Amino acid sequence: MLDAIWLVPALPLVGFLVLVFLGKRIGEPLSGWLATAMVFGSFVVSVLMGLSLLDAPDHTFELSLFSWIPAGDFQVDIGFLLDPLSMTMILFVTGIASLIHLYSIGYMHGDDRFPTFFTYLNLFVFSMLMLILGNNLLVTFLGWEGVGACSYFLISFWFTKDANASAGKKAFVANRVGDWGFMIAMFATFLAFGSLNYTTVLPEAPGLAIGVATFIAVMLFVGAVGKSAQIPLFIWLPDAMAGPTPVSALIHAATMVTAGVYLMTRVNPLIAASYEWVTWLIAGIGALTLLVAATIGLAQTDIKKVLAYSTVSQLGYMFLAVGSGGYAAAVFHMVTHAFFKALLFLGAGSVIHGMHDEQDMRRMGALRKLMPITFGTYVIGWLAISGLPPFSGFWSKDEILTYALNKSPVLYAVGLLGALLTAVYMGRQVFLVFYGEPRWNDPIPEDAPATAHTDDADDAPVDEAAHAADAHDEHAEVHPHESSWLMTLPLIILAIGAALIGFINIPFGDLDFLTRWLEDVDDLHANEAHLPYSSATILLLIIVSTVVASLGLALAWLTWIKGVLPRSLWERRFFLKAWYYDELVTRFMGGPGRALFEAIAWFDRTVIDGVVNGVGAGAQLAGRGLRRVQNGYVRSYALLITIGAILVIAFMFTRLLVR
Amino acid sequence: MSAGILATMASVAQTGIEPISGPIGIEPISAPVDGAVPTPEITWAALLPLIILGLGGLLLLTLSSLLKRKAPRALYPIWTIATAVLAVASVVPVWAKVQGFNSILWWDFRDLWWQPATTAPGPFSTLGGAYGVDGFSLFVTVLICCAVILTTLLISGYLQREELDGPEPYALLLLAATGGVVMAGANDLIVLFLGLETISIAVYVLAASHLRRAQSQEAGLKYFILGGFSSAFFLYGIAMVYGATGTTNLVLIKSSLAESIPRHDLLLLVGFAMLLVGFGFKVAAVPFHSWSPDVYDGAPSPVVAFMASAVKVAGFAALVRVFVAGFGQYAADWQPLIYALAVLSLVVGSSLAIVQTNVKRTLAYSSISHAGFILIAVEAASETGTAAVLFYAAAYTFMVAGSFGVATLVGRAGDGRHSLDDYKGLGRTNPVLAGTLTIFLLAQAGVPFTVGFVAKFYAVIAAVQAGSAALGVVAMLSAVIAAFLYLRIIVAMYMAEGDDGGSDAPADPADHIHVPRPAAAALAICVLVTIGFGLFPGWLTDMAADSTVVLVEQGSTDASTALPGGQTLIVDDEGNLVPAGDGAVAPTEASDPSADPATGDGAVEAPQVQDPAAAEGTASVERP
Repeated sequence: MLDAIWLVPALPLVGFLVLVFLGKRIGEPLSGWLATAMVFGSFVVSVLMGLSLLDAPDHTFELSLFSWIPAGDFQVDIGFLLDPLSMTMILFVTGIASLIHLYSIGYMHGDDRFPTFFTYLNLFVFSMLMLILGNNLLVTFLGWEGVGACSYFLISFWFTKDANASAGKKAFVANRVGDWGFMIAMFATFLAFGSLNYTTVLPEAPGLAIGVATFIAVMLFVGAVGKSAQIPLFIWLPDAMAGPTPVSALIHAATMVTAGVYLMTRVNPLIAASYEWVTWLIAGIGALTLLVAATIGLAQTDIKKVLAYSTVSQLGYMFLAVGSGGYAAAVFHMVTHAFFKALLFLGAGSVIHGMHDEQDMRRMGALRKLMPITFGTYVIGWLAISGLPPFSGFWSKDEILTYALNKSPVLYAVGLLGALLTAVYMGRQVFLVFYGEPRWNDPIPEDAPATAHTDDADDAPVDEAAHAADAHDEHAEVHPHESSWLMTLPLIILAIGAALIGFINIPFGDLDFLTRWLEDVDDLHANEAHLPYSSATILLLIIVSTVVASLGLALAWLTWIKGVLPRSLWERRFFLKAWYYDELVTRFMGGPGRALFEAIAWFDRTVIDGVVNGVGAGAQLAGRGLRRVQNGYVRSYALLITIGAILVIAFMFTRLLVR
Repeated sequence: MSAGILATMASVAQTGIEPISGPIGIEPISAPVDGAVPTPEITWAALLPLIILGLGGLLLLTLSSLLKRKAPRALYPIWTIATAVLAVASVVPVWAKVQGFNSILWWDFRDLWWQPATTAPGPFSTLGGAYGVDGFSLFVTVLICCAVILTTLLISGYLQREELDGPEPYALLLLAATGGVVMAGANDLIVLFLGLETISIAVYVLAASHLRRAQSQEAGLKYFILGGFSSAFFLYGIAMVYGATGTTNLVLIKSSLAESIPRHDLLLLVGFAMLLVGFGFKVAAVPFHSWSPDVYDGAPSPVVAFMASAVKVAGFAALVRVFVAGFGQYAADWQPLIYALAVLSLVVGSSLAIVQTNVKRTLAYSSISHAGFILIAVEAASETGTAAVLFYAAAYTFMVAGSFGVATLVGRAGDGRHSLDDYKGLGRTNPVLAGTLTIFLLAQAGVPFTVGFVAKFYAVIAAVQAGSAALGVVAMLSAVIAAFLYLRIIVAMYMAEGDDGGSDAPADPADHIHVPRPAAAALAICVLVTIGFGLFPGWLTDMAADSTVVLVEQGSTDASTALPGGQTLIVDDEGNLVPAGDGAVAPTEASDPSADPATGDGAVEAPQVQDPAAAEGTASVERP
């Protein structure tokens, strides 16, 4: 039964192949339905696999499809490793992907390249599943690059706008840094273990020299930082919002960006075998990222950019969990985040769609009556991400905070502050979009600090106006409307998930199903931090979290509804400009960095290319000389053969002398 | 077959035959009692591919001359392809026998009347030990048949276009293939020479077969004269080796060399050298390469595809069989020569290729460079090296057949448009054709995810494992140089403007190249193989690794390379071919294939009942 696991990635692959060749002919909307059906089929198979896996010994199953690169010692198979970790991931990836595919049929309606969009989307799902299911680092890396490539394609899907194209490029460059780390880690792993297979490498990790283990773990972490948009490589993710909103929901919130967290969880024995400071590094980066991104989220004016920075921040929580030894907590947050963030993005998409491609929150307001379903589901996502019980985000974030406290009170404090800010910026977004006065046709206020946004060349503006501008020529009169059922149905399903999914792992009694389910993964259980807290302490921590989240929502209510607190308290220019980090990078790249790269480029041009061209030129020169021998006369050819023969025979005479 | 006998046979095969007393080779030939001529034992089933190919060629010639009216055009190519396919099919049971399988997938060989059941599973030899049947010879046989099929597909359209229709080219292809198969399995230098001459003479004629092109005639003549020249070297080498060892049988030569190291035998060493000259000429290794650019340039393009694939493959197969398997004891003496030939071929081949302006000449030099690559795997003189040779040969067969296939089409009527200028703008006028050629060129350059990369990779690995890291470096550097020449053609196709002006101009219908269906099929096969085995080389590498070359004397099998007992090959859960665990029936020991009157040609055979006792005392190999 479990042998059929190959069907899970194969179905989206089939969808991709069919759409590549026949997409144009199938057209809209059938191509969308085909893609959706494939991914949904994959989800159904995943569920069946999950049921079978319950009976499998150790809840683990490995399948080697075929030998891919048999090169002496270097053996790589295309193989799958199905264990509770990959099972959990493929379940939510295929499930959420199905919903987002469905939503996209509505969202992408009328787009010229409708079939192409679904082609990429299916390819993405296939790559993501290979990433998760691969039983060795190389297959994972293939998936890793595959999702990356799909991400670039989809970010710049509307490539006719410069900003979109350059956002794709930015994502590409930032990810290269991470991929470099992954590759180095892969080479080192092969040198150290002679294998890339998880089931071979990971059990042997404890015996590894601590320095080597540290090196591999840190290099893999570099890869994870790139893919999961952590400091210092987080800059690409906000710009990635240039892609269509379903892409943001699927790739840049729910699935691909969590690949780094997955990788770290997968190789937990390697982290355990490393120096202690590696865990501090991971937790530190996570904590820093979650705080910085949350502050930036406070001041953004673009509805999707708020969510983008929120994603960066939530990923920071996951890395904080990994660094604190809470692997199950990280996976748990990954799952809940996938639900509520996908919900929020799709909700935002619905708003953008209803507002005729308006993304600036300052031109929204009072939408709750006009878009009741979007509003209702959005509120559930909002409460979930803000961490209010009993919604899903509360349970997972609280568990991370518990692990953080176990690691260090400082980390706990940072996490708690992040939670407060999360509640504030999400409250701000909901109040700006759904409450207050309608500002649909207002000009963008000139005096606000946010105006800098528009005249900022470096800051890639996020707007999707281009793709549907022809459909809505009359932009002056905006009449917000609720979206079609294709878009609201996924919202409702996701809202149910976002509300309830937290109950798979409640920290009391035997209710921590997910944690116990994940115990069979590698050495996850052994390598997890063990919490010394009693139920009473945990209850106390829960109350603290709840109070903090409620405080955040109250502050937002006081600021944006009541007006008691000044908005400028939160909407600071420093935050809007993302701590000037982007500009710093730009300035460095334009100044001293540029000089450095010029120098490297010069070296490459003159020395490296010189050598290569020299080889070519030298060979040409030699070729001209040798060409003279090739004069077409049989007699000179025979002479050449004779000379060769004489040399060969003469050599044999020398052999005789040697003896 | 009891394990005891198997073990005995294995040990016999490993230790070779008993030392022959007295001066080697000068035993008096005992006069036949009763006046009966001693007839060597023949395992007809193992010769079936050979017989099918040879008979197919001869029948094609005879039957076509008997036809009153002109035969339908498609008859000859279909006949040729059918013959080659049949030959491949006849290899399968022999392969199973050699590898020790009773059945492959659903095909059970135990009940076949022509199942070669005389011996235990494992490589064996037949025709009095003159023809070896092992994984290696069978692999090469299949490869040559593939080359025949591809060439037939290419040449059928070509002959029609050039108005040269007739059965002769097809018959010659089949006869050449017969020669190649003989070379692949020859365990005797004389037999090897027979095969060499068969393939050579057939190809001389093929090279000259374009009646209206002077270059074609010239190419045939040049090839013939120089080929005769090198054959003389080869024959002289055989004579010298015979003089030194007293035999032309490779098994006996091997055992003779094994017992007499070190021997100060100039005769032997010069014999090696002469043989190497002959082989060097056949595989077009520098400095014995000079004929190949002229011949490749002049000969009809599909014939060049055959020359570059089948003829080279056969040459390399014989080289490996004679030098690696036969003269392995003296590797220290001939390895430096192969080393030098490899370096020269790599460097000269790729350097001269980039100064050419004619695409066929360019490909000829690139073919020399490829020969250098295969030579570095030969130089390794190891099992990895042999597997690498086979893999490279297989990969190269398809890459080069594809490349020259496109050259055939681009050459257009008259087969004359082969200059780089003729390829300019091909990407615009014939995008599919240009894309196909691009794939073959990139594969030849060794770009990853093509079969060419894997082939180069294994060759270099084999060299490095054998301790010749420097050779690997030279190979890779020359691959860099060679990449330039392939890119040059690609650049010409895509980036340079066509003769007729701007890129915006609509494609001139006259520029559109007609691609006949068979040629399209051939190119499609080549693309599939090039990409398919580039992405998933596992199956082919396993096959190549299983195809070991083993020298076994008549009446014995080398059981060490076979699986114990008769086994059934099945598809396991993971989709691999594995021996089945269930107790498959061991092959019957004393089956008597000669009981069937249909065995072949009504030849009188000696009783073929294998006596286990005789298998143990295999010292006496029948010699005339």
